[in-house]
Amino acid sequence: MKIDWAALGSVFGVSLVVTVALVALFTLGIMALSHRERAAEQGDSATLALTGAYACFASCAAAVAYGISLIVA
Amino acid sequence: MENFSLILAIVVVTALAFDFTNGFHDTANAMATTISTGALKPKVAVAMSAALNLVGAFLSVEVANTISKGLVDESGIRPEVIFAALVGAILWNLLTWLVGLPSSSSHALMGGLIGATIASAGMGAVHGDVLVTKVLIPAIAAPLVAGVAAMLATRLSYTLGRKADGKAAEKGYRAGQIASAGLVSLAHGTNDAQKTMGIITLALVAGGAVAPDSDPPVWVILSAGLAIALGTYLGGWRIIRTMGKGLTDLQPQQGFAAQTSAATVILASSHLGFSLSTTHSVSGSVMGAGLGRKGGVVRWSTATRMFVAWGLTLPAAALVGALAEYVTGFGSWGTAVVAVFLVASSAAIWKLSRREVVDHNNVNDADEPAGVVTTAIAMVTPPPTGTVTENLTATIAAPTGEPAASPATTV
Repeated sequence: MKIDWAALGSVFGVSLVVTVALVALFTLGIMALSHRERAAEQGDSATLALTGAYACFASCAAAVAYGISLIVA
Repeated sequence: MENFSLILAIVVVTALAFDFTNGFHDTANAMATTISTGALKPKVAVAMSAALNLVGAFLSVEVANTISKGLVDESGIRPEVIFAALVGAILWNLLTWLVGLPSSSSHALMGGLIGATIASAGMGAVHGDVLVTKVLIPAIAAPLVAGVAAMLATRLSYTLGRKADGKAAEKGYRAGQIASAGLVSLAHGTNDAQKTMGIITLALVAGGAVAPDSDPPVWVILSAGLAIALGTYLGGWRIIRTMGKGLTDLQPQQGFAAQTSAATVILASSHLGFSLSTTHSVSGSVMGAGLGRKGGVVRWSTATRMFVAWGLTLPAAALVGALAEYVTGFGSWGTAVVAVFLVASSAAIWKLSRREVVDHNNVNDADEPAGVVTTAIAMVTPPPTGTVTENLTATIAAPTGEPAASPATTV
C-alpha cells in the first residue's frame, strides 16, 4: 500500500494558502467598499479605496476563472 | 445500441435513478450555506445549482471512467453486478436523505460496487489497498483540510473585516458566496454526472452494446446531465437544513469562507490527483467556519451522527449491493425481485418522508427537526425490542414511524 503523502500534503498546503488568500483579498475589497460608502455619506470621494476594491475583486475573479479553467480541462 | 437487452435497459434506468438521488443528495454541498445565510432564495439557489450541474456535465468526459477503474476487477463485471451496486447506492442515498445526513454519494456507489463484486467474484476481486488510499484516507483528510482552511479564513475575515459593514459589505458577501457556490456546483456537475456516465458506459461495454474503450455516447451524457440537474433542482431540503443550520449557525462571512474553502479544496484535490469527496469537504469547511467565529458553536452531536453515517456508507451500501447481487444470481426472476424491492423501498422511504415535510418553505427553520434526531439515533443504535427485520430499509425505517417528538435530544 502506498499512500501518496506528497499529493495529500500539497493539497493541504495549496488549499490552505489559496483559501486564506482569497478570503483575505475579498475581505479587503469589501472593507474598501464600505470605507467608500462611509466617505460618500460625508460627501467625500474615496477614489483610492474604490480602486483598491476593484483590484481585490479582480484578483478574486481571476481566481474563479482559473478554477473554471481547471474544471473544464 | 443494436444489442440492447432488457437487463441493460434496467441498468441504464437504475443508473439514471442513482444520478437523480446523487443530485438531490448533493445540492446541499453547493447551496446549503448560500441558502442558510439568505444570500439566495432557496428556489433560486437550487435552480442555479441545477443549471450549473447540467453545464458541468457537458464540460468534459475525463472523469467518466475513473469510478470503476482500479477499485474492482472490470473483467468479471456483468450488467447484473452494476445493477446490484446501484441498488445499494440508491437505497443508502435515500436513507441518509430521510434522516437528513450528508454523506458521500461516491462512497455509496463504490460501496455498492464492492459489495456486488464480492458477491459475484469473491473477495479477491476487490483491491484492499486501493480501498484504503482512495476511500479511507480521503474521507479523513477532506474534512480536516477543508475545516482548517475555513477556520483560518473565517478568523481572518472577522479580524480584517471589523470595519466592513453597511450595504456594500452585505452585497459583497452575497456575491462572493454565490460565486463560490456556483463553482462548487460546476465542479459537482463535472465530477458526479460523469460518474454516472462512466457507470452507464461500463454497463454498455459489459453488455456488449458499445465497443470497449469508447467514450460515453451523446445520449448518455445528455440523460445523465439532465437526471442530476433534475435531482438538484428538486433539492434535498433535509440535508440542506442539516448542512446549513444543523451543524452550526452561519453568518455571511462564515458562509463565504466555508464555501470558498470547499471550492478550493475540491478543485485543488482533483487537480493535484488526490481526489476528495465534495460532501466531506463541504461538511468540514462548514464546521471549520463555525469554529472560526468567536462565540460560534459546532453542534458535535449532529456532526458525530454525520461521521457515523460516513463510516457506515461504504459497508451498508456494500451489504445491500452484495445481497442484491446474490438475489440477481437466481436468474431473471431474481433481478425482477431486486427491481421490485428497490422501487418498493424507495416508495416507502418517500412515504415516510412525507410525515415531516422539509421543503423550500421551512428549510431555514432554526430548530433542528426532532425527526432527524430520533431517526438518526435510531439508525446508529439497535432497536431495543430486538425486532430484527431482514432487510436494511425496514430495520431503519421502522423507528421513523414513531411520532417525531423528542426535542430533548436536540442540542
